[in-house]
Amino acid sequence: MTNKEKNSDNYVIEMEHITKEFPGIKANDDITLRLKKGEIHALLGENGAGKSTLMSVLFGLYQAEKGQIKVRGEVTRINNPNDATRLGIGMVHQHFKLVEPFTVMENIILGYEDVENGLLTYDKAYEKIMDLSNQYNLKVDPHAKIEDISVGQQQRVEILKMLYRDADILIFDEPTAVLTPQEIEELIKIMKSLAKEGKSIILITHKLEEIHASSDRCTILRRGQHIDTVDVKSTTSEELAEKMVGRKVSFGVDKKKAKPGETVLKTENLSVYNPLTDQDVVRDISLDIKRGEIFCVAGIEGNGQSQLVYGLTGLSPLSKGRIYLNGEDVTDKSIRARSQAGMSHIPEDRQKHGLILEFTLENNLILQSYQSDTFSRHGFLKFDAIREHAEELIDTYDIRSSQGPVSVVRSMSGGNQQKAIVGREIDRGNDLIIAVQPTRGLDVGAIEYIHKQLIAERDAGKAVLLISLELDEVMNLSDRIMVMYEGENVGEFEGGNVTENELGLYMSGAKRRDQS
Amino acid sequence: MKDLYQNTLKKIANSSNGIKTISSITAIVAGLLVGLIIMLIANPAGAFPGFLTILAGGFNSGLRSMGDTLYYGVPIILTGLSVAFAFRTGLFNIGATGQLTVGAFAAVYIGYNWTFLGPVHWIVALIGGMLAGAVWGAIPGLLKAYRNVHEVVATIMLNYIGMYLVRLLILTFIYNSDSNEAHSPAPSARLPELFLDDIFPRSSANIGIFIAILAVIVIHIILNKTTFGYELKSVGFNRSAAKYAGMNEKRNIVFSMTIAGSLAGLAGAVLFLVAGKNMEPVNVLLQEGFTGIAIALLGLSAPIGVFLAGIFYGSLQQGGYYLQTFDFEPQIIDIIISVIIYFAALSLFMQRFVADFISRQINKDVEIAEGNDSA
Repeated sequence: MTNKEKNSDNYVIEMEHITKEFPGIKANDDITLRLKKGEIHALLGENGAGKSTLMSVLFGLYQAEKGQIKVRGEVTRINNPNDATRLGIGMVHQHFKLVEPFTVMENIILGYEDVENGLLTYDKAYEKIMDLSNQYNLKVDPHAKIEDISVGQQQRVEILKMLYRDADILIFDEPTAVLTPQEIEELIKIMKSLAKEGKSIILITHKLEEIHASSDRCTILRRGQHIDTVDVKSTTSEELAEKMVGRKVSFGVDKKKAKPGETVLKTENLSVYNPLTDQDVVRDISLDIKRGEIFCVAGIEGNGQSQLVYGLTGLSPLSKGRIYLNGEDVTDKSIRARSQAGMSHIPEDRQKHGLILEFTLENNLILQSYQSDTFSRHGFLKFDAIREHAEELIDTYDIRSSQGPVSVVRSMSGGNQQKAIVGREIDRGNDLIIAVQPTRGLDVGAIEYIHKQLIAERDAGKAVLLISLELDEVMNLSDRIMVMYEGENVGEFEGGNVTENELGLYMSGAKRRDQS
Repeated sequence: MKDLYQNTLKKIANSSNGIKTISSITAIVAGLLVGLIIMLIANPAGAFPGFLTILAGGFNSGLRSMGDTLYYGVPIILTGLSVAFAFRTGLFNIGATGQLTVGAFAAVYIGYNWTFLGPVHWIVALIGGMLAGAVWGAIPGLLKAYRNVHEVVATIMLNYIGMYLVRLLILTFIYNSDSNEAHSPAPSARLPELFLDDIFPRSSANIGIFIAILAVIVIHIILNKTTFGYELKSVGFNRSAAKYAGMNEKRNIVFSMTIAGSLAGLAGAVLFLVAGKNMEPVNVLLQEGFTGIAIALLGLSAPIGVFLAGIFYGSLQQGGYYLQTFDFEPQIIDIIISVIIYFAALSLFMQRFVADFISRQINKDVEIAEGNDSA
């Protein structure tokens, strides 16, 4: 092979000097990205760095103002997703585009149906789907309905959809955000086998360990600009993180030893009933969380952690047990009464529970305290106080948005939405902070920031109850750890006295403490 | 000049209210044009003078038609406000017509029977209408909050229940067999004309316009200035988040529908507590309730917007009235007015076109500018 061939033939996609502007912001500023045939190329950047915009340009959803795109060496204009599909470019969106009541097969062939004498035929499609499914180990039941299969399987359907359309340039938009650790491992295997078969993959992500596990090269964007393209093997996570955030990031969390004080939250044999499964999903949980400590509930998703929090905060009724907050029995108190008695809650789903997306930032920041004397008098809102409060929190918690207090929250990035919630809940000065997956879906910069805030609160004498699915987070932050499995407390540990492996065994139910 | 145009466009593009207002106006213009086409088909000779008459609306015959514009606008403003209020709190009130009907009956019943009330007679009748409307609104609110029955289904059903019930009640209690209508309210129950008959001689204008203005102001304040409105809007946008924040989301849904119902009930009272317009025992849903939906959309669900849209409607009605002089059939007039109103209600639909148009204009000029740079 000559040098010339190597240069021109190896690249399937060359996006050169792409610039895309939106009113008030350069989302992409002179970005160049080259994708080799058969490689997995990670596209790394914080929330709002311009990754999604760049991929939308490639997929034909946006037109770049400057720059050109070469597909397999030829300059091409991609005006819409249909052009992209014709060029063999496929995309798995972060939020799947599937028709829920349809079967897997119907979703895969949607828009590419075989028609015979005016009637749909499924035989050829079925064969092709089964072939692809076997070839790439993408196991799904073609006749299952989308609404009945797991998120991980839905993602496989999306991948099959691309392959069915003969795509050989595959874009994955933050594919692991919705997956469990096992599913992530599975997905990385699938991507590798796709690459081995000659498919080229762009992986959008901000998780460094995934890049190391899967990718060959990595392009880093920051604030719309191209920072670097590196070989993943010869680059450490620290270097990647620094390039992404623009400063040194500490992975280890700097934390002094806990000095636990008196008990803030105490529960006795707390159980929560789930009417859907007709059984208790939280069983006999007794906790004792003290001032000045971070108590962590670890476990694999769906083992009753969410329901435990619903029970504690009053979002779900208890089937059994009692809750004491600062010694006061709050079991029969309303959500608001608990909140006013000193319970702050950073909810698991920030868009469902934590925020009203249509409201402005300043109105979201008073969501828990709009009725207090600080923000209202005789039932009328005090707009000056609300604005002042918003400006203070924006400043203290570094909440970035386009229009400050009057930004509509829907338009803010996930990281800044989360900072707004964290700021609002910490600012209330409550003794107990319940933080449920506070860093889910955030980039390293924001994660580091939120971890620091939680530790600062602990050091200020607050009790922190942290629910986390990320083992790293559990290991780094916790002073004490409880593992939940199938709604039960299967083991309790001092932070630092247990290894990740050990925790993993308890989380998967392989081990549990003696029930004496 | 070019810069000014660009900057204005950008300003509009960045403010959602700007786009919404422009799309409302575009929608009205489109509606008028379609109305004109219908007029050309129905009566080519009279089309253009007739069209000007419609445009002139409330100004056709000076102060009298201006007064009548207000008179016709009031019930529509109130039903529009009812729909808009519910809409702002996340509920779709299709039941304004039913709430209006039961409100009207309660008001007329009190207005006909309780003559012992003297000078406060009309006030009690108004309040009676509001209360009846409130009850009719509260029922779907309760069903939605505690039984998860969708309010659209519940309000539609209650429209018919209200219509048949009121027909029965009229026949039983206040039927005037001479005119085959309900009895007229007693003079003491009629809305006072205040000083409006001096300002707008020979028009039907009465205190209703002030009631409507008051309602607009009260609803505006509730929605935008109070903790109560904050809660209602929170529940409307995101019920889960409202619950998370400790709000009683069920109670708020009931409150919201009750207030919406009371506004429609008030509209019914204002509509019939006058001389020369009586309720009829017929199986017809009163159109004022449905027009309210269009008016709420046209007014972008904002109280002030609803007020302006209601006045616009009143003006169209007046234009339609004077259109008769150009040999248009009354039905054609109704069709034209409906077309204009319903086209106008498409303003939501128009928003996308306006937004697209503006962004294309901005982009086009950017391209031109860049072309110049490189040349």
